[in-house]
Amino acid sequence: MFIKQLSIFVENKFGRLEAIIDALSKADINLRALSLAEAADYGVLRVIVNDAEKAKKALNDIGVIAKITDVVAVFLDDRAGGLASVLSILKNAEISIEYMYAFLGRTEGKALMVLKADDEAKTEKVLTDNDIPMLSQEDI
Amino acid sequence: MKMWQEKYEAMPREELKQLQSERLCAQVKRMYESVKLFRKRMDETGLKPSDIKGVEDLHKLPFSYKQDLRDYYPYGLFAVPMKDIKRVHASSGTTGKQIVVGYTDNDLGMWADCFARMLAAIGCDENDFVHVGYGLGLFTGGFGAHDGAVRLGATAIPISAGNTQRQIQTMIDFGSTVLCCTPSYAMYLGEAIEEMGLKDQLKLKVGIFGAEPWTEEMRAQIEEKLNLKAYDIYGLSEIMGPGVSFECEYQCGMHVNEDHFIPEIIDPDTGEVLPEGEWGELVFTTITKEGFPLIRYRTRDICSLTYEKCKCGRTFVRMRKPQGRTDDMLIIRGVNVFPSQIEEVLLKVGETVTPNYQIVVDRENNTDTFLVNVEMSEELFSDGSIKKIAAVEKSISDKLRSTLGIGPKVCLVNPKSIERSEGKAKRVIDKRKLK
Repeated sequence: MFIKQLSIFVENKFGRLEAIIDALSKADINLRALSLAEAADYGVLRVIVNDAEKAKKALNDIGVIAKITDVVAVFLDDRAGGLASVLSILKNAEISIEYMYAFLGRTEGKALMVLKADDEAKTEKVLTDNDIPMLSQEDI
Repeated sequence: MKMWQEKYEAMPREELKQLQSERLCAQVKRMYESVKLFRKRMDETGLKPSDIKGVEDLHKLPFSYKQDLRDYYPYGLFAVPMKDIKRVHASSGTTGKQIVVGYTDNDLGMWADCFARMLAAIGCDENDFVHVGYGLGLFTGGFGAHDGAVRLGATAIPISAGNTQRQIQTMIDFGSTVLCCTPSYAMYLGEAIEEMGLKDQLKLKVGIFGAEPWTEEMRAQIEEKLNLKAYDIYGLSEIMGPGVSFECEYQCGMHVNEDHFIPEIIDPDTGEVLPEGEWGELVFTTITKEGFPLIRYRTRDICSLTYEKCKCGRTFVRMRKPQGRTDDMLIIRGVNVFPSQIEEVLLKVGETVTPNYQIVVDRENNTDTFLVNVEMSEELFSDGSIKKIAAVEKSISDKLRSTLGIGPKVCLVNPKSIERSEGKAKRVIDKRKLK
């Protein structure tokens, strides 16, 4: 089960991040998960939102580049070792993680983690085979 | 101050004109026989060498251009057999392809004399130690200064460019009295010396700075920091190298070595020769050069001339400091940069589209800063990963460095964020205040 993630190119200029978030808020986009990676002269903001297409359009309208990518969001047991057990399944399947970040808010007893792996299709299959619950696009 | 070759440097104008005329006629004749392109251009305009009777006929002759040097690369414009070429030099061209120039023994001797004239004009003699901080290599700066110093009878210190610590140590230990380098490097050296508190150990008395534009403010700062008197020199590889013209002790323009090079100022659009004192494109004709002679070479430098006699006694015409270019060439840290070169690199990186870009040149702490802003596009952001963007940025910066010879800082910016005037992006922002 894949969900849509929006990767947004953030120019290294004062006020850019605020402008992006403001544009999303004006388009009535609700942010569900967020991660900001920084390089020397720019950043990449990754978000999971209720409507990725609409968000992309709102950003393009203010001259910001955004790309939609498929990622998986897995439910973990909210306890020590919850993430470790999922990662160990992926490691055994020889899947590499490119990046991951946590969802805002959570279901009782569960944590939710967004994962981007080198092989998306294989990741989904391995997680399904191991009965690891994933978030669907409709649930966002 | 003494003149190195007073016979020529202070020659009465009438006599000089006669000398120039004889030399020009002989040069035209020789080139008509030995340089195919020149012969072709003469034939096209219906001119015979015998139609040129003196300097008054100079304006009839066809122009030559930098493009010619590229079209006939490497040796196609040389006027003597290669066995008579004793040295070549090269400089960067607009498309990354270098241009090559060649010198006979006589040419090298003439060049050394031209540079020695400058050294003598600013009070140097055989007791001086000439610190050659220009790069000694294909670049004409280093060898020009070196040969000039040797010709004068001074002690040359051919340290070449770079390694600031060693430059300073050598300057102090060897007792350098004359510093030759780019003005921006002189500033840099001055600052380093100031920080190290070594200024009172220097024996420098004069400095010869050229190869890039600089201001009177910079001159004052260099003089203060290095405790010397700073002089300007002009030259270009196509014509010879440093020493085509030079400042004398009175610093009121640069004397052109007119017994070897005839300058003209033309309207760059019509090609018409402009009256004395007017600003236009500087054009040079080499009248003694054997290996690589050029007739009416368009330098693209915007300049003006005055024939008024100088207090130093020299009769040679003086040119003002060039005030810009007729093309869009930028000189950044002494390196020639054309926006078209950057465009070409970006086209390769973007594959299908040329990303919009903007060059920003500024001067911080008297060193040029060179920034290229590139607009992001969906193509460049293909998989939305930082790795990919970093790879794009690095690839642009690496390719620019290898094409231009100097590496700009590359910055990826938002699409359409580069300022446009009438739909066209503003390609170059030069914030350096040099006028």
